[in-house]
Amino acid sequence: MSELGMIIDIIEGTTYAMTPLVLAAVGEIFNERAGIVNIGLEGIMLLSGFMAVVAAEATLNPLVGVLAGIATGAFIGLIHGYITAYLKGDHIISGLGINLFALGGVAFGIEAVWGVRGYHTPPDAAKVPDIPVVNISPIFIAMILIAIGTHYLLYRTSMGLKVRAVGENPEAADVVGVNVERVQLLATIYGAALTGLAGAFLSIDWLTAITKELPAGRGFIALALVNFANWSPLLALGGGLLFGFFWTLGEWIKNMAAVKAVIPVTLMNTIPYIATLAVVAGLIGKSRPPRYVGRPYKRE
Amino acid sequence: MPGSRFWIVLKEELGRLAEILIAVLVGFVIAGILMWLGGYDPIAAYIAMFEFSFSDPYYLATTLSFAAPIMLTAITFAVGVRAGLFNIGAEGQLYMGALGAVIVASWALPGPLYLPLAIIVGSLMGAVWGLAAGLLKVYREVNEVVSTIMLNWIAFWVVEYARVYIYPNPIDASKTISMPPAGRLPILIKGTELSASLIVSLVFVGIAFYLLWYMVLGYEIRATGLNPSAARYGGINPKKAMLWAFIIGGIASGLAGVCEIAGRPPSYAITTGLSNLMGLGFDGITVSLLGANHPFGIIPAAIFIGALYSGARGMQIVTGVPLEMVKAVQGIIIIALAVPGIIRLIRSKIRRGGVKVV
Repeated sequence: MSELGMIIDIIEGTTYAMTPLVLAAVGEIFNERAGIVNIGLEGIMLLSGFMAVVAAEATLNPLVGVLAGIATGAFIGLIHGYITAYLKGDHIISGLGINLFALGGVAFGIEAVWGVRGYHTPPDAAKVPDIPVVNISPIFIAMILIAIGTHYLLYRTSMGLKVRAVGENPEAADVVGVNVERVQLLATIYGAALTGLAGAFLSIDWLTAITKELPAGRGFIALALVNFANWSPLLALGGGLLFGFFWTLGEWIKNMAAVKAVIPVTLMNTIPYIATLAVVAGLIGKSRPPRYVGRPYKRE
Repeated sequence: MPGSRFWIVLKEELGRLAEILIAVLVGFVIAGILMWLGGYDPIAAYIAMFEFSFSDPYYLATTLSFAAPIMLTAITFAVGVRAGLFNIGAEGQLYMGALGAVIVASWALPGPLYLPLAIIVGSLMGAVWGLAAGLLKVYREVNEVVSTIMLNWIAFWVVEYARVYIYPNPIDASKTISMPPAGRLPILIKGTELSASLIVSLVFVGIAFYLLWYMVLGYEIRATGLNPSAARYGGINPKKAMLWAFIIGGIASGLAGVCEIAGRPPSYAITTGLSNLMGLGFDGITVSLLGANHPFGIIPAAIFIGALYSGARGMQIVTGVPLEMVKAVQGIIIIALAVPGIIRLIRSKIRRGGVKVV
């Protein structure tokens, strides 16, 4: 392979690897800006990925699959948002429940729907087609627009001002007439819907398969990316590029014949996780979360 | 005397118990709907589940054998919560503990040395894995939710690597070398899977209780969890308390891994894709939350989840419902547990006439 071919391969791989990370991270940034933490990203990706395959395969229409993924994410966001914003439930525990439910629910679902254990591949007609010539996914383009659009929404609109006010100081927002709970609920639905899109991207676009390990920790890497991006959607786009590049480079290195001979692929699979830990460990003191994030707001 | 402290505490505890029962009920109902949607008969499934978990001594023994490891992984989560941490790394710590036991099994040793060495090496490896998350948290401010999941994945691939390349079983390619018979925990009831790992687990739970409520370190851990600033003002080093919470949690899960290798027939080894270990760490989270993060609450909660798994085997045989349903039930139960004061909520709804009670 020529060196140019190799570079193009890595760039292409990066566009794929960064897409789910950025989508989930931008979504999470939005709801954390409103004060709601959702650590259920991993579970949302998994459930949405599953529903996307089910819908796309039933209709043989990938667009329906993508919409099903987004809707699944939004629905889980509705549940999580209602529990945390209105019922003042524990953010972390609800998120843990989502992750655990997804693990069992999807493993159960794969067997209930296709009668196989653990692994299913959707047919080609259900797959999101690449944009011709450049060979990139339309969801990659959508991801860039969403990241920029969400940034604009957060910093240039009154809606965004409300979201940030609720996360920084819900009491003050409440006093000036912002409906704190409603803003939090809507922000959580939006955030989870983006993660749902990330799940659909994994199952009917990039990896075209559904297993119960589909997200492989990407939901939690996205959480790390939120921190890395200092709660800014545009920085998440840049950070996602970095994380995606590492992921692709790792994939590429581990499959090199010379490396494979010395270090088996199984061991090299640890690279993305070690890289994530290293990056987050290097951040100390450089990022600041929204002041009221993760704490149930109770009116006095 | 009514109104005395005893009655107030009793009422509080009963209220909490009722909340947990409601969460469990919600879990079963929603899971039942999912089974129905998947084309199964939920009533038949639940009947089979009950029959295969408690109906005779064999099933009861199976239930207890499943309860043993998740009691320990629950301690990992519970000690973390007591220190104000969400340590969800029991999964990876358990993998490392199991690897430790397999490493010891690979040595040529006098028979009686296998078990004690496996326990020491496995617990230490679990502790190191927990401590890694602790150091990242305390010195680099890395959120433990992220770091423990990353460490779980790293542990998964490291142990999978060791399984295939360092300790493969020469006779059976689907597992690692087995713990030699001399290093195995004795079976408590002949013909069942119930080994002395249950006793090991119960003893460790007792130690955890003593440590948390009767030792200075436990006091420091709990004080840190309640209010780190106040703890520091009171002369406690919250960093030290957190690190110890991670270490104790790592020991617990490492020990669970050792028990799965030294005390679970028939394989006494790590199987392909870590299939015989996978999920035991996450089950501990459910157990801990159901048991109100208290060692003595954890024991009945672990038996309950153990019964679900034992029963799920029967459910799968009789009605064809996949075993994984149990994990979905757990997820729903946890989500329901996240809602504070379910009872108060239902009561106020009834008073407002929002919910009709038949």
